[in-house]
Amino acid sequence: MSEPSDRRRNIRIQVPVLARVEGEGALEIHARDGHIQHLCLRIFEPPRYFEKFLEGRGWEEIPDIVARICGICPVAYQMSAVQAVEQAFAVQPSRWVRDGRRLLYCGEWLQSHALHIHLLALPDFLGFDNAIAMAAEHPDTVRRGLGLQQLGNDLIRMFGGRSVHPVGVRVGGFHRAPAQADIQALRSRIQAALKDAEDLVTFTAALPLPADEQTFVSVSLRHEEEYPMNGGRIVSDRGLDISPEDYEAHFEEYHQPHSTALYSRLHGQPYLVGPLARLNLNHDRLSPRSREALSATGLTLPSRNMFHSLIARAVELLEALVEADRLLADHAPPDSPWSEVTPRESEGIGCTEAPRGLLWHRYRLDAAGRVISARIVPPTAQNQGRMEADLRHSLEHFGLDQNDESLKLRGEMVIRNYDPCISCATHFLKVRVTRA
Amino acid sequence: MKPRISVHKFSSCDGCQLAFINAGEALLELATLVDIVHFAEAGPVDPDAPVDIAFVEGSISTQDEALRIRRLRETTRYLISLGACATAGGLQALRNFNARGVEDWSHAVYARPEFIESLDTATAIARHVKVDLELWGCPVSTRQVFAAIRRLLYGALPFVDNEKVCQECKRRGITCTLVTRGIPCLGPVTRTGCGALCPAFGRDCYGCFGPGENPNAAAMARRFQGLGLLPEEINRRFHFINSHAPDFLEEGLAWREDRP
Repeated sequence: MSEPSDRRRNIRIQVPVLARVEGEGALEIHARDGHIQHLCLRIFEPPRYFEKFLEGRGWEEIPDIVARICGICPVAYQMSAVQAVEQAFAVQPSRWVRDGRRLLYCGEWLQSHALHIHLLALPDFLGFDNAIAMAAEHPDTVRRGLGLQQLGNDLIRMFGGRSVHPVGVRVGGFHRAPAQADIQALRSRIQAALKDAEDLVTFTAALPLPADEQTFVSVSLRHEEEYPMNGGRIVSDRGLDISPEDYEAHFEEYHQPHSTALYSRLHGQPYLVGPLARLNLNHDRLSPRSREALSATGLTLPSRNMFHSLIARAVELLEALVEADRLLADHAPPDSPWSEVTPRESEGIGCTEAPRGLLWHRYRLDAAGRVISARIVPPTAQNQGRMEADLRHSLEHFGLDQNDESLKLRGEMVIRNYDPCISCATHFLKVRVTRA
Repeated sequence: MKPRISVHKFSSCDGCQLAFINAGEALLELATLVDIVHFAEAGPVDPDAPVDIAFVEGSISTQDEALRIRRLRETTRYLISLGACATAGGLQALRNFNARGVEDWSHAVYARPEFIESLDTATAIARHVKVDLELWGCPVSTRQVFAAIRRLLYGALPFVDNEKVCQECKRRGITCTLVTRGIPCLGPVTRTGCGALCPAFGRDCYGCFGPGENPNAAAMARRFQGLGLLPEEINRRFHFINSHAPDFLEEGLAWREDRP
């Protein structure tokens, strides 16, 4: 279905269902006279009102409720939530709990990044419609990816029983500590996978990634010592450096009629969160092994090309394995896997790095620890404004004289760079439902 | 010709589709046994194509979804609901209590059937179209889903285990959290399938696989009361992930403090 190559023609592209993204979205582009007139990333996934029905629920229930916002990153929701509730109750989890949570998060980054690279993004670059078709011609590449994904899931399983909606996390720590034998067995598998992850970094950097430099603001957590996951200050490459408690003073959300997710702005501008933003701001915090793999790719940071997010994901996947190996080596069984907590009337804020970027939670709790109000700002909603700006720029740069099929594919590739999780993005919105 | 299958998403977290996407090598093997004609997250998009088995994740919470599920029913021979949202409305069905509850609590207590067609609600697939097989769980597991597919491919009826978590827990030799520690565990009334995961972690089962066969929910609730739970807390035990599974719905309503 190729179209005449006239860049002044009227272009109307509709992608009613975006494939290989998590959740439901669509893309609409209208262009004429060589310029994009209208572009919108429609997010029509229905809202599920999590913030509303959290109200009145007990503090013990929060980790099990928020996990259900997203099947792909339930750990991230649990991590931000328990951090917020622990702040509210003034509980300081033990060193063992802190390490265990970082391990659990390593598992989620590993499975989520492996899933995205291999099943969602890679078919675009190797010329297939999907990973199953791709597996016929690139069996080793796909198997390596599925193996890394499996390993990430098994790491989550060790701390949470299952990889989707794990049951091990509680406010104050974990319900149970893993068995020492399981830790040893998993550590051997992690060590064996390090080489695969290094190869994956080299492999992603060798892909024919489009050159598409743009101007954007990167935002992520930054920790004093570590690559950020469960803590740190919120920083940007334009000098922002704030505590997560001050988030609401700098970031605002607004609503567009075509989306059931809110948009976020930092000082009035769209911004980027996620692997590339994190790497741009924190590459000096990587372990020596990941830094070496990164420098061998020749990638210069900060990068202004969103297609490099694929490499950033591979580097973070390697970092998650290196970190998991280090933390498991030091692992000793705890006296107790959790600290006792006492509810009190208060407010708490939690902010962690989900695989897709900054995930900010705030809870107000009553004296019995029941939720009075909750606010959750997921990464995909924060990236929404940036995604639309990127699409406009990328498609005009790509050339509106390209045929519709190529424009559609390029648009989808741009969106997949953000690994949007649309299920997450919509679930916090309070919209009024109109009855038919 | 290979049997054709499809995977459809409605209001959900995407977690049940991961039963396929996390299956690893088994997913590649599945693709040799069947044609996957629609599965947007994995790549193939052809939502209206006729299929032999359609897997449905998520509950119905918009007018569009209500129309879409009817169209889907016409194009599939066999329809399988995947997980708590599709089978009982899921966690988001909690909003069904709030929709009118604030204005008129009596509606929330008595007006169950009226919720069904309203778009203020999130409802199970079977409230809208015939469902041939219900797979419970939040989330369903790869084992559950692939076992059902295997059986269907070989012309056998899928086996649905209605046993309780409690029985599986005993077989695994896990110390009972309810009896020994007085923790309000829902294992005695909840369907098995998770491997008694929560008790194995020393915590309470929270009912994510929905009610088992003939659960004695009333006795369970009285036991919770004996442990010192307030009516509001007992209500919340039942009105959680499977709040609209009939046995849990009724028992939860019985402990609502605003019940006239």
